[in-house]
Amino acid sequence: MYAFDIERPATVADAVAALANEDAQALGGGQTLIPTLKARLASPEKLISLTGIAEMQGISSQDGTLRIGGGTNHATVASETGAIYPALAELASHIGDPAVRNRGTIGGSIANNDPAACYPAAALASGATITTNNRDIAADDYFQGMFTTALDEGEIVTAVTFPIPEKAHYEKFVQPASRFALVGVYVAKFADGVRVAVTGASNEGVHRWTEAEDALSANFSADALADLTVSADDLISDLHGSAEYRAHLVKVMTGRAVSKAK
Amino acid sequence: MPKDGGIGAATTRREDVRFLTGTGKYTDDIQTHAECAAVFARSTVAHGIIKSIDTSAAADMPGVLAIFTGEDFVEVGGNPAGWLINSRDGEPMKEPKRPVLAHGKVRHVGDAYAAVIAETVQQARDAAEMIEADIEELPAITNMKDALAGDNFVHDEIGTNQCFDWGWIEDNRAATDEAIKNAHHVTTLELVNNRLVPNAMEPRSSIGSYHPGTGDYTLHTTSQNPHLTRLLISAFVMGIPENKLTVIAPDVGGGFGSKIYHYGEEALVLAAAKKLGRTVKWTADRSEAFLTDAHGRDHLTKIELALDKDGNFLAFRTETHANVGAYLSNFATATPTFLHGTLMAGNYTVPLVYVNVKAVFTNTAPVDAYRGAGRPEATYSLERVIDMAAREIGRDPTDLRRQNFIKPDQYPYASAAGLEYDSGNYDALMDKMEEVSDKAGFAARRAESEAKGMLRGFGVNAYIEACGIAPSNLVGILGSRVGLYDAATVRVNATGNLSVMVGAHSHGQGHETVFPQVVAEMLGIDPQSIDIVHGDTSKIPFGMGTYGSRSLAVCGSAVVRATEKIINKAKKIAAHMLEAAEADIDFTDGEFSVAGTDKKVSFGEVALKAYIPHNFPLEDIEPGLEETAFYDPANFTYPSGAYCCEVEIDPETGKVRVDRMTAVDDFGNVINPMVVTGQVHGGLGQGIGQALLENTTYDENGQLLSASYMDYAMPRADDVPYYIVDHSQGNACTHNPLGVKGCGEAGAIGSPPTVVNAVIDAIQSGGINVTHIDMPVSPHRVWAAMNNAK
Ligand SMILES: Cc1cc2nc3c(=O)[nH]c(=O)nc-3n(C[C@H](O)[C@H](O)[C@H](O)COP(=O)(O)OP(=O)(O)OC[C@H]3O[C@@H](n4cnc5c(N)ncnc54)[C@H](O)[C@@H]3O)c2cc1C
Repeated sequence: MYAFDIERPATVADAVAALANEDAQALGGGQTLIPTLKARLASPEKLISLTGIAEMQGISSQDGTLRIGGGTNHATVASETGAIYPALAELASHIGDPAVRNRGTIGGSIANNDPAACYPAAALASGATITTNNRDIAADDYFQGMFTTALDEGEIVTAVTFPIPEKAHYEKFVQPASRFALVGVYVAKFADGVRVAVTGASNEGVHRWTEAEDALSANFSADALADLTVSADDLISDLHGSAEYRAHLVKVMTGRAVSKAK
Repeated sequence: MPKDGGIGAATTRREDVRFLTGTGKYTDDIQTHAECAAVFARSTVAHGIIKSIDTSAAADMPGVLAIFTGEDFVEVGGNPAGWLINSRDGEPMKEPKRPVLAHGKVRHVGDAYAAVIAETVQQARDAAEMIEADIEELPAITNMKDALAGDNFVHDEIGTNQCFDWGWIEDNRAATDEAIKNAHHVTTLELVNNRLVPNAMEPRSSIGSYHPGTGDYTLHTTSQNPHLTRLLISAFVMGIPENKLTVIAPDVGGGFGSKIYHYGEEALVLAAAKKLGRTVKWTADRSEAFLTDAHGRDHLTKIELALDKDGNFLAFRTETHANVGAYLSNFATATPTFLHGTLMAGNYTVPLVYVNVKAVFTNTAPVDAYRGAGRPEATYSLERVIDMAAREIGRDPTDLRRQNFIKPDQYPYASAAGLEYDSGNYDALMDKMEEVSDKAGFAARRAESEAKGMLRGFGVNAYIEACGIAPSNLVGILGSRVGLYDAATVRVNATGNLSVMVGAHSHGQGHETVFPQVVAEMLGIDPQSIDIVHGDTSKIPFGMGTYGSRSLAVCGSAVVRATEKIINKAKKIAAHMLEAAEADIDFTDGEFSVAGTDKKVSFGEVALKAYIPHNFPLEDIEPGLEETAFYDPANFTYPSGAYCCEVEIDPETGKVRVDRMTAVDDFGNVINPMVVTGQVHGGLGQGIGQALLENTTYDENGQLLSASYMDYAMPRADDVPYYIVDHSQGNACTHNPLGVKGCGEAGAIGSPPTVVNAVIDAIQSGGINVTHIDMPVSPHRVWAAMNNAK
């Protein structure tokens, strides 16, 4: 680590003001940022901690949607959303380990947009809305490739609002070392159609599998996928699996997610 | 007495009180007044020429006290290899110098070329980043076969990347070739024994200090063998006389082999301490551990098994390329040779064995002994090729092994690979394994798995290992440059309690619990009145360290010998106290009595008398009660075992789950069954890790791709099943006083082939003809193998 200062604003407005300094960076749960700092791969002069901002905490539901404050940690989502959105609660309960879940935040995960992270798949498949300090962004516009989002410099994710599907499930095949998703598929069935989001697989980061969406919208069963193939082009090839293997897993995980959706 | 604390008692580990309450004291916990910090500048390229190192900007940074480069150590010696191996042509192995800091060239990513000493770690890090090293990158040598073909050398001065080309047993070479040529059936298997990063929970750490008034040095360091470290620093690297250097290994958080060796960082902190007159501390971070701890395994092997028409083994022939990395670590030359080749007859009556090992330098971290050291490599090759042969000739893998086992009435047995096994009963181990694993229930469990769409396989194997690494005579013939024995001092204090100074350091093995059980049993006293002292060269007589499952077999035997001497002297004192002849003194249950009378004194009374020798016959008995023994055994010990496991494979994803794992071992006599079970559990975890998860990968540029836990998969609790462990089938070792064989490495030796054999069985049960998958058997590899075979 390099030396840095830390500030703990109590309101979004103060945080935004503090982040106007170009050497300042937002700190959520620190589960991604702190390891990066420890490895001296980043050197912000000032960290602006978001965890003390009350308006970014907590979960509420209304009109078939679930709103989660951007500073809410994974453990809270896991324990408090089970009744209303079980697929999301289950996803949160399998992120990292207890220490990670008690610190890491949904805002940090969505802002970071790691190509193997879990929440981006939930947000994209659910058609969530990402709320920042100055606008609402539809998930379809928000995720723009590996580690890339629609956020501007210094913009803060204050909440994520999920429309609650009729049925959903996230099926995650873990990378054996990190236990992030080697391939993770989130399937969400709404009255007007099915959305399928894939994480872990692509060099483009989280993305929708539209052919599967069409097939599943017509027939919500794993059999509906039988004739589909996933192209390995542009999928990730690394130590843990080739692009072909990931392509295969996308289909297998999608089928399982459909079968388990509830 | 002491029925609940002596030999055979499952006493809980007394050291765990401090470990589990966070009060252990590890090297980095030691804080000294006026301590300063060392940080190393390490190469980011695998191979390069050091053109220049400009330290001027770094030297001007705040808090910087000194900067060292390779130049500062050209006068001091190199860190040597402990075993001299001769090639088949009689030429001695190539031994390029391993300097304290890289000089002339950097040879692997992480190779240290400079060190900064500053007031704080943070300042030293900041300054290390300011060192400007002009390093001309050269093509990296990472592939062993290419390394032997090319003219790009890790060490230019030796003009080759081959360290040695060793044959064992060279005289059997022609006969083995002949047997294979004429055999009814030959099974051939090419396999990789995957490179492993040791991953001790505590990273390496060293603190050097120097007393300018006396000229004494002290090194606190994460070591499995402080005396060996002192010897290497004194005799080879720095020339500090042994009487001027104290090496202390306090609590050490795991080693698995990686902390046997002396590393350059230890020499650096001592040199810096002397130069600055300050205490200098260095602690590795996890990335340094990945890049610079000696790695394990990394063999490329072709093995052939020749059988006659009845399935009798006729010969094993092995060709191995062993990666030694960029520099020779201290045991690097012994591990692929005498800890591997000599075991290549396994548990079998095979008449011919020939092993060829080519050791190869590459631009990767040094490779050395890691839990099992050579024996896992031997066992894996043998037990995989036997399994494959059984499948090829349509025999049950267990039956084929049993047919070729050495039988109990054949001991001592001279193996075709040159060792003399003292005892064993491999059929009994197999019988027990089949019983406790419920092998009979496998078919039903397979049917259940199949009903779920899963494939289930049963894998079996046998192993034998040579442990209790010693004796000096034997290892001397095999090329060791040191003797291998161990030492202990038993000190009976005046008030009747004991301090036992042992040469074998304990860093997870439980010596502090187990050694007192031995002494308590012999003296008939409460084990709680006995404490073990280890890890400090100024307090203990001598020791060759903890590795090769040798602590109890060798050092424990020294404890027995020293305790016998205590009993002999105590008898003299008791005879004097009881006014009887020494020959009439009986010693049982902690009491000395005169045969045929009711006269007696307790051990405690004798101890007190030894230190208050009023009217002692001083010409016959010296005051005090303290004895030292060095123990050098007659042979290795030979633990053996029969293991089996059941795996379930998800055919859609290739994911393997180990559902059941059974380890039945012959460890000879068992002093503390709970500690032994714990050692087996740890070994099984590491073996399953090697078989399924751990994948150390360098790319073609010599960059370590699996350099953190994000990419290097360690086994976790949910990767391993509930183990079934049994050590009821012990056959006492015939040549040490405790009859013990050693249990530290068995689990890691026996489990990898068991898992892979089970994987192959499972896949073949699905009608898919996959005959081998290299470790780690990751989901991707299983899926790819099944796909290719379809
Ligand atoms: C061992 C381990 C295992 C993990 N396993 C998984 C897993 O299985 N699946 C998974 O999805 N993730 C996993 N993670 C990542 C974890 O979920 C992180 O918590 C998450 O990715 C980042 O959230 P954070 O709150 O910790 O953000 P931080 O690390 O604090 O910040 C990450 C980035 O986001 C920015 N940021 C933080 N909060 C906000 C905000 N509200 N608005 C705008 N920018 C913000 C920061 O400036 C930084 O650039 C794992 C992490 C670890 C350490």
